[in-house]
Amino acid sequence: MNLTLNIWRQDGPETAGRMVTYQLADVSGDMSFLEMLDVLNESLVAKGDEPIAFDSDCREGICGMCGLMISGKAHGPVRTTTCQLHMREFRDGDTISIEPWRAEAFPVIKDLVVDRSSFDRIIQSGGFISANTGSAPEAHSVPVEKRKADRAFEAAACIGCGACVAACPNASAMLFMGAKVTHLGELPQGQPERYARVVKMVAQHDHEGFGGCTNTGACADACPKEIPLDVINTLNRDLLGALRQGR
Amino acid sequence: MDPVATTTLLQGESTARRTSVFMKFLMAVTGALFVLFVLMHMYGNLKILWGTEAFDEYAEHLRTLLTPILPYSGFLWLFRAVLVLALLVHAYAAFTLWSRANGARPQRYAVKSAAKGAVRSKMMRWGGVALLAFIAFHLIQFTIVKVNFNGNFSAAQLHGSTGELVIASFQLWWVTLIYIIAMGALAMHLFHGVWSAAQTLGWTNSAGSRRLAYATAHVVAAVVALGFLVPPLAIFFRLVK
Amino acid sequence: MSETIPTVAGDGSIVAGLYRVGDPVEDTSAPAGPIDKKWTTRKFDAHLVNPANRRKLSVIIVGTGLAGGAAAATLGEAGYHVKSFCYQDSPRRAHSIAAQGGINAAKNYKEDGDSTYRLFYDTVKGGDYRARETNVYRLAEVSANIIDQCVAQGVPFAREYGGLLDNRSFGGVQVSRTFYARGQTGQQLLIGAYQALERQVAAGTVTAYTRHEMLELIVVDGRARGIIARDMVTGEIETHLADVVVLASGGYGNVFFLSTNAMGSNVTATWRAHRKGAYFANPCYTQIHPTCIPVSGDHQSKLTLMSESLRNDGRIWVPKRAEDCEKDPRQIPEEDRDYYLERIYPSFGNLVPRDIASRQAKNVCDEGRGVGPKVGDFRRGVYLDFTDALQRMSAEAVAEKYGNLLDMYQRITGDNPYEVPMRIYPAVHYTMGGLWVDYDLQSNLPGLFVAGEANFSDHGANRLGASALMQGLADGYFVLPNTIRDYLSHAPYPTVSPDHPEVVAARAAVQERVDTLLAINGDRTVDSFHKELGHIMWEYCGMERSEEGLRKGIELIRGLRAEFWRNVRVLGAADTLNQSLEKAGRVADFLELGELMCIDALHRRESCGGHFRAESQTDDGEAKRDDANFRYVAAWEFGGSPDGGDTGTPVLHKEDLVYDAIALKERSYK
Ligand SMILES: Cc1cc2nc3c(=O)[nH]c(=O)nc-3n(C[C@H](O)[C@H](O)[C@H](O)COP(=O)(O)OP(=O)(O)OC[C@H]3O[C@@H](n4cnc5c(N)ncnc54)[C@H](O)[C@@H]3O)c2cc1C
Ligand code: HEM
Ligand code: HEM
Ligand code: SF4
Ligand code: F3S
Ligand code: FES
Repeated sequence: MNLTLNIWRQDGPETAGRMVTYQLADVSGDMSFLEMLDVLNESLVAKGDEPIAFDSDCREGICGMCGLMISGKAHGPVRTTTCQLHMREFRDGDTISIEPWRAEAFPVIKDLVVDRSSFDRIIQSGGFISANTGSAPEAHSVPVEKRKADRAFEAAACIGCGACVAACPNASAMLFMGAKVTHLGELPQGQPERYARVVKMVAQHDHEGFGGCTNTGACADACPKEIPLDVINTLNRDLLGALRQGR
Repeated sequence: MDPVATTTLLQGESTARRTSVFMKFLMAVTGALFVLFVLMHMYGNLKILWGTEAFDEYAEHLRTLLTPILPYSGFLWLFRAVLVLALLVHAYAAFTLWSRANGARPQRYAVKSAAKGAVRSKMMRWGGVALLAFIAFHLIQFTIVKVNFNGNFSAAQLHGSTGELVIASFQLWWVTLIYIIAMGALAMHLFHGVWSAAQTLGWTNSAGSRRLAYATAHVVAAVVALGFLVPPLAIFFRLVK
Repeated sequence: MSETIPTVAGDGSIVAGLYRVGDPVEDTSAPAGPIDKKWTTRKFDAHLVNPANRRKLSVIIVGTGLAGGAAAATLGEAGYHVKSFCYQDSPRRAHSIAAQGGINAAKNYKEDGDSTYRLFYDTVKGGDYRARETNVYRLAEVSANIIDQCVAQGVPFAREYGGLLDNRSFGGVQVSRTFYARGQTGQQLLIGAYQALERQVAAGTVTAYTRHEMLELIVVDGRARGIIARDMVTGEIETHLADVVVLASGGYGNVFFLSTNAMGSNVTATWRAHRKGAYFANPCYTQIHPTCIPVSGDHQSKLTLMSESLRNDGRIWVPKRAEDCEKDPRQIPEEDRDYYLERIYPSFGNLVPRDIASRQAKNVCDEGRGVGPKVGDFRRGVYLDFTDALQRMSAEAVAEKYGNLLDMYQRITGDNPYEVPMRIYPAVHYTMGGLWVDYDLQSNLPGLFVAGEANFSDHGANRLGASALMQGLADGYFVLPNTIRDYLSHAPYPTVSPDHPEVVAARAAVQERVDTLLAINGDRTVDSFHKELGHIMWEYCGMERSEEGLRKGIELIRGLRAEFWRNVRVLGAADTLNQSLEKAGRVADFLELGELMCIDALHRRESCGGHFRAESQTDDGEAKRDDANFRYVAAWEFGGSPDGGDTGTPVLHKEDLVYDAIALKERSYK
């Protein structure tokens, strides 16, 4: 198939960017979206143009490195990661726009590559269970109710891709944070730090410049790992708990 | 609360009260109060179907509530004070979050999708502004100044009865239209707001409770909007005189 | 052409025209005593470091996968000053995240006869008796602690209704010792380590350098003392000095271009250390996984693994006649199908070990009976057919058991596996080779420690399923913190100034390489070189190897390498994010490694693990191991002039493998 691609090009963090149009012929439906970009890049290099920078690593939908806004949708028209999106979802003659995630807390580094280190700092602020190596009790000493274990697992499936932020009209990272708060808060091991954790994480989130959540749900619709919206509810509830404790 | 791009870890103790989520709690609590109020107000308005006396009696009843513990109209004034305060808090939180959100995405997307998220947040914010304008108009019309736009009714005819004023007002097509539009805005606001408040307050922890919250939001929005619109339409079509 | 392979230290002459034989190596740090007491002894003997001094001691850790992430977190907790590096934008994205199946541990929660010894035994046997006993025993010994540690961190392992941890049996092992978190075991374990690491970042003990690529090792007075790294965002070439350097940079499967590894997986970190004197052990040992989604065309950038469990219920076949290969498989009648694994190995059938399943798939495709689209001259795929299972079990039951895998297959290929048989083909998956280390995981360069997939130590010639995750975490949480402590207890080592000639030289070398790559401005893209290298490696140094093929491979690689340095085109600037430049540096190192892999494969004239050597087979065409001549680790010393592109003449150091606790046996699946 033949495609028209409108792609965001930006030389560096400080420079202004613009949309540039490319034509690409002979795209096969079996290609992944990123392989399509690889092919485009090969042709750009042949012409002496600098290839388009975009992030990817595992290309299996698990590392969370990839992520593009494809015609206005985070990770494109199907609910999966960009690297797992295949060109058979598009038609001959389609025009596709490709932009980076846009958020104050995700500044563009170059072209389609953004800096998501704000997510790491949210985790640094409290997204962990303090268990020094060597201090662990025997694994079977604390049974975990199956229902809670399953819910913790479901939330732990988050890959930190940032699509939730990209899709949210407020550029809020509540789904990402809610997933972590739920994962750790459902487990008995996570109880001692539960309320301190949520306050610190939300405070860091706000400090990073993410927007506030207004429960619009666009994040959960875009999430490739189908993190459910109720993790935000859990986060809210834990923050209420923290308020009650006077934190 | 200014949005800033940062590469640092927040220093010092953080408190729950200074988070964006706390803003949401404020909005949800005040919003919930509004919901209770409009439900009550709607119930009161429906009395006009039984005539202006019934309606005025109800209004009078409100003023004598809890007397003689409180002076005449005491409860009403307290209630008004709470409402005004809540409105200030609600609007303050709304505008704070709105400006946060603007700061959180300074560079917009060139191509926007029609995702429901974008539509909803717009609807809430501009809908809220519309409601604010409506409330101002509404209060001037019926409480603070009590203006009668209908030349067919003289002040004597109204003899200070709010019920008569209401009848007079909604015989005008444009007044009715304003209210129809306002109720549309209200329905939309509630449709998202009720669900949203439930989520903010932590009541939607499972797919089941989430569905229930959605359903409640639909029902509340529909009941309030339709309930409010029955009297004006009944008056406009001269079913109530 | 066919020199005899010398089994004693050579006289310095060049063997087979390719390498020299040097002195044997020995693991000198494993304590004496019975195998089950060694680790306790070693830990006890390791000296202590006063907490007040720890802050003054610094450790560089390259890699944030299970091995590097766990080590950084633990050493940070201990109070050392740790610098952690990864090339991704977050430590959480290391390729450990992609592991699906699970992690082994000798917990014996099922009371089915598992024990430390049995896990040890299975791992050594699985490695076809080419792993070092002492290291593997320790691995089995600490395996149980790993599970405790991960549970305490909140890793959401699968649980039973009673709330206790669930296990499954994995990779043809007879006990249930594999812990798992649905198909995301690697992810969950890595996130646990990542969170522990970020906690230390907040505590100030660890500094995380993301989007930083290590490009050179700094060696001063024979000790590893730091690295040169490039900030991939600003392009700045940075010097980082420390008392200890740990490489936990993962595997080098991407030398084959197509593999199940992440796009950025590279050999640069370990190869640069090799060029600075660290021995590279068993480079030719690669694991080929039989159930991957086949290549669909020239544009393919990587291969995706599907769980081997599919072989439990799927039947593998190809058409009997090459003419049928283009037909719709559903139109091919039963009698025209060749269920070749069931035919050749009646008792194991479709469940033969990974290496056999892989090699036979290649054989039938080489015969021209492969299916699917043609890639080059051949069709590279065999059918994995669920028709029988669907009839026997019901579509619901199949979906329940394999649903997510079948969905993944459909998403990638566009075919519905409930209707059309799936196609699979083997793919490079794991590299058992890596930098040589002793029992302490220290390389022959003092102060350079190597952990996880980047070292060679625990898996011999073939890795058992669910044991790489175990090794990564064992190394990171439990081994390195003890052995590095011992090394640091002999500190302080003399301060190295950034102006030290060695440091300046290392920096200049990196700068020059970057400048050269950008200046060549030829007409071929980096990827085109990488692809071609991959073809050569797969063809001549893949599952089946022969002296003739390997010699041809070496010639081709040398030619390609020369062309690379003449004709590669890398656009853009050095001082910004430049992904072509990053790739070029990696491919340049692969082009050197590839040759050493071929030389290693050539010298190892035996079939072992997943490596079939055409000259070493039994009468019925099965792999034949040669314990008399090859029961050793081949540790290669860099022999070239350290300029530009020549790998020179490598020197082979042999480490004899001693089996005290386990008797050597032959593998047979017929
Ligand atoms: C698809 C797949 C499935 C698997 N399934 C299983 C399984 O079920 N069970 C099992 O036990 N094993 C499995 N394995 C194997 C196992 O996942 C890996 O062997 C193991 O995770 C490697 O961990 P590591 O810490 O050594 O390295 P990695 O996790 O690969 O980490 C490498 C790190 O080094 C960094 N790095 C590399 N080069 C540089 C450089 N030059 N400069 C700076 N940083 C650098 C990277 O950024 C990264 O942080 C699987 C592997 C794959 C590919
Ligand atoms: C003064 C005018 C008003 C403004 C500017 C305003 C604005 C907003 C905004 C911006 C929100 C947040 C939207 C979101 O969460 O997505 C909101 C929420 C809400 N509003 Fe209003 N609103 C106003 C009046 C009202 C009135 C009159 C009611 C009730 C009848 C009401 C009920 C609610 C409720 C229940 C919520 C949900 C709270 C939550 O999200 O947790 N609002 N409002
Ligand atoms: C068709 C719809 C409505 C009608 C006919 C109506 C009618 C009235 C009347 C007659 C009064 C005066 C009551 C009195 O002074 O005794 C009044 C007061 C008021 N109305 Fe409405 N109203 C409507 C909708 C709304 C809505 C949607 C809101 C809010 C969102 C609202 C908010 C108020 C408030 C705050 C007062 C003042 C209450 C007080 O001062 O005690 N009204 N309304
Ligand atoms: S919650 Fe979903 S969309 Fe957001 S970072 Fe995690 S996986 Fe990505
Ligand atoms: S889309 Fe945004 S508004 Fe909240 S529900 Fe999701 S974070
Ligand atoms: S590249 Fe890893 S999730 Fe897409």
